[in-house]
Amino acid sequence: MPRVRLLVGTRKGAFILTSDEARQKWEIEGPLFGGWEIMHMKGSPLNPDRIYASQWTDWFGQVVQRSDDGGKSWDAVGNEFSYDGVAGTHQWYDGTPHPWEFKRVWHFEPSPRDPEVVFAGVEDAALFRSNDGGAHWTELSGLRTHATGSTWAPGAGGMCLHTILIDPARVERMYVAISAAGAFRTDDGGGSWAVATGGLSSDFLPDPSASVGHCVHNMAMHPSRPDTLFMQKHWDVCRSDDAGDNWTEVSGNLPSDFGFPIGVHAHEPETIYVVPILSDSQHFPPDGKLRVYRSRTGGNEWEALTRGLPQEDCYVNILRDAMAVDSLDSCGIYFGTTGGQLYGSSDSGDTWMAIAEHLPTILSVEVQTLP
Amino acid sequence: MALPAHLRTLAGVEGEVHLELGASPSFGALLDALEARHPVLRGTIRDHRGTTRRPLLRFYADGVDLSHQPLDAPLPASAVEGSEVIQVVGAIAGG
Repeated sequence: MPRVRLLVGTRKGAFILTSDEARQKWEIEGPLFGGWEIMHMKGSPLNPDRIYASQWTDWFGQVVQRSDDGGKSWDAVGNEFSYDGVAGTHQWYDGTPHPWEFKRVWHFEPSPRDPEVVFAGVEDAALFRSNDGGAHWTELSGLRTHATGSTWAPGAGGMCLHTILIDPARVERMYVAISAAGAFRTDDGGGSWAVATGGLSSDFLPDPSASVGHCVHNMAMHPSRPDTLFMQKHWDVCRSDDAGDNWTEVSGNLPSDFGFPIGVHAHEPETIYVVPILSDSQHFPPDGKLRVYRSRTGGNEWEALTRGLPQEDCYVNILRDAMAVDSLDSCGIYFGTTGGQLYGSSDSGDTWMAIAEHLPTILSVEVQTLP
Repeated sequence: MALPAHLRTLAGVEGEVHLELGASPSFGALLDALEARHPVLRGTIRDHRGTTRRPLLRFYADGVDLSHQPLDAPLPASAVEGSEVIQVVGAIAGG
């Protein structure tokens, strides 16, 4: 009987939640690594018992944990992330040059081809690869040394590489997103990169349609349509049907097109989810109502999903890596809030339940569908 | 030496850590010995090159702030003798 395992990273540790196919009763284990920020956890699609966790604090820096038994036990693996060569500078908030400095890992993406290969997206923005299950890390420096790299600048949350999408049929093609540099695509496994921001517009930029500088908050892709990408940007929800070369806005009737996460239904490539918040200065849901918005048309036409979610006095946020979908026949969708609530739906978002309500601030949510 | 709680948990140690050093013990030699015994601590107190202290940590012993001393400076005699504990202290957190 299939099972579901949620990997929840929070400001004060990690939590692992498990349930059966019904997804109504959950067992909660944690906090693991109590007191540490767990930026992200993700399991290998080839070996679900292999899970990586990014463990970090400002005091003690980066630790990388790996489990090979589904989270029952953990071992610290390599935590040395050295930029390739002379790191150089990027732009600081005020436009002055600032040295590239490693701070932390925002996102792990295990390879769908090789269980020993895993990618790490880090702050200051760079992409690292490990070929030995996280023991050693090598920068794919073609990204950071892109011709535009010295002009990249951080968003308020830091200059983080937070999204890594791998084309499962052609793993040499990957997409990454960086706040606030934009989106990039490689077709050679990370050696060289192309800007993937055509058609994006950001009013805060001196040139709104510049090739870099867009604050991409999150991107999503359905594995059956790897040329179609969905993006939640710092204002605007967008889609591309040509691998990021050209984007069109599909915000449509959303009450606000500001938000952080975006997700795609496991079995319906044109069904997508966002959680709007009011604005860049007010990171909470409009009208105090926590509403997930679903489009079954790949954008533009959106419906509010509210059943089981708080519809008054709710002022939490949902961070960029804090939403995930499972792949059971009746697709489940999950998200965590800055208030420590973890919500889940086992029916594509029609109805919701609070799985946990009093966790620390939730930074990330991933889900594994287990046989 | 005494580690902050996060590092004790990470390294799986309880209480103070007692380390054997060579004839001319320095703070650098102390950290070398600590990281050799507990490799998981590499990168958490100083960088991987072993040269730069993480900014939110300070080192104290016998009432003296050792944080800005060169790594090859000798340890206080009291710490070498074991009558004083070298403390790794994290900046206090608010909230």
